[in-house]
Amino acid sequence: MGWLFKALNSSIGKKFVMALTGVCLILFLVIHLINNLTLYFGPETFNTVVKNLDGIKPLIRVIEVILGLIFILHIFNGVRLWIENKIARGTGYTIKGSSKNADIFSRTMILSGSIIFIFLVIHLRTFWMSFNFDHTLKESHRYYEAVVSAFQDPVYSSFYLFAMILLGFHLNHGFQSAFQTFGWNHKKYFPFIEKFGMVYAWGTALLFASIPIYFYFYGGK
Amino acid sequence: MSHQKLNLTLKVWRQINAESRGTFEEYKVAVSPDSSFLEMLDDINNELERKNLEPITFESDCREGICGTCGLVINGQPHGPIPRIATCQLHMRNFKEGDTIYIEPFRAKAFPIIKDLMVDRSAMDRIMEAGGFISVNTGSVPDGNAIPIPKDIASESMDAASCIGCGACVAACKNASAMLFVSAKVSQFALLPQGQPERYRRVESMVKVMDEYGFGSCSNTYACEAECPKGISIKNIARMNRDYFMAKLKTENLEA
Repeated sequence: MGWLFKALNSSIGKKFVMALTGVCLILFLVIHLINNLTLYFGPETFNTVVKNLDGIKPLIRVIEVILGLIFILHIFNGVRLWIENKIARGTGYTIKGSSKNADIFSRTMILSGSIIFIFLVIHLRTFWMSFNFDHTLKESHRYYEAVVSAFQDPVYSSFYLFAMILLGFHLNHGFQSAFQTFGWNHKKYFPFIEKFGMVYAWGTALLFASIPIYFYFYGGK
Repeated sequence: MSHQKLNLTLKVWRQINAESRGTFEEYKVAVSPDSSFLEMLDDINNELERKNLEPITFESDCREGICGTCGLVINGQPHGPIPRIATCQLHMRNFKEGDTIYIEPFRAKAFPIIKDLMVDRSAMDRIMEAGGFISVNTGSVPDGNAIPIPKDIASESMDAASCIGCGACVAACKNASAMLFVSAKVSQFALLPQGQPERYRRVESMVKVMDEYGFGSCSNTYACEAECPKGISIKNIARMNRDYFMAKLKTENLEA
């Protein structure tokens, strides 16, 4: 398997890993978003959804481990590529012309990715930890109320909002970029992939962001 | 030809050799709008030589945009602000009176600076040596149309082959990636029947050498396509990626 390891560590191979893990995370976000949107149906629906997910915990745990590995691969390769690419440039230009030849989304992947990572850590601490290990919460099944109270904090809610905008940035480039890396750039399909990716990116970001906005202003009432 | 001369301030990167630290030097010039960018530098050099000063080192050859020798980063853009031309085709009429123009060499770890604005692009030659050819027995000229090739495929191959290997893609890329260049050279053969026998070996070898020289990876910012004087399409990068994956799956080569 040495050849496969070598292939995945070549310049194209590393990008392939980024693209493949990226697409997996894109699919994960869709499922996550559908779950989140059940918040809009009120406490009963949301609490039942979480309770049902709790019922299939062993399966969820397996998926969580796989998801964790995908995240680690994506982040590890992303940071490694960023460092290697910085070294490949060497001394930078005094006058930067990059705004004239590339869009902001593609140039800021490491920045948007890093902030999303910080968000992810905080997010796991606030929701994943308490939903999984907070015994009083697990016994009362008052998950909805926990979400509502978390979003009453203006600092947390605004950081959430900010992170979601950057998620939009990240996905807006990442979606079509993954397909280009796979080599699926075709005259007929690629314009559709680009448009679909844009709709997906901003749709996902806005729907995720709508939740803290809604609960901050309306408090779930 | 009755235009007034433009008064410009040039900030030119001067560096004695590969090891030394470079710095910008300022030159005030009055130049005709009809002058080309390189003619302006020639004028400065004549002036410098008259004063017994070291002229600015920069590369050029054909001065009609087909050889790929010239290449300067002008105000942060390889080959300057006008799309689809090489530095030699850039004219001073594209600048305004009183402009300050920064002139820098291509910057990449794989392109060490030799002197001033001249960089060593031989890494690209080494990539070509690794696979940028087809192996055929030479003989008399083959019959025309002996191998039928549809026009659109021939054109696509020719579009890829129009890459002049100037290195502007590397200079423009925030990662100093040579993917646009390598993919153009991979594609020009991959599209044609003559390129098929070595198709997968070629892409493996060329990518291997590209990586060895420390060019970066592709972030799909498409800055290369925007700055390429020949408008080489990033579709070629997609084709190279496809061929690379296929090579990895199909060939029996365990080394590359």
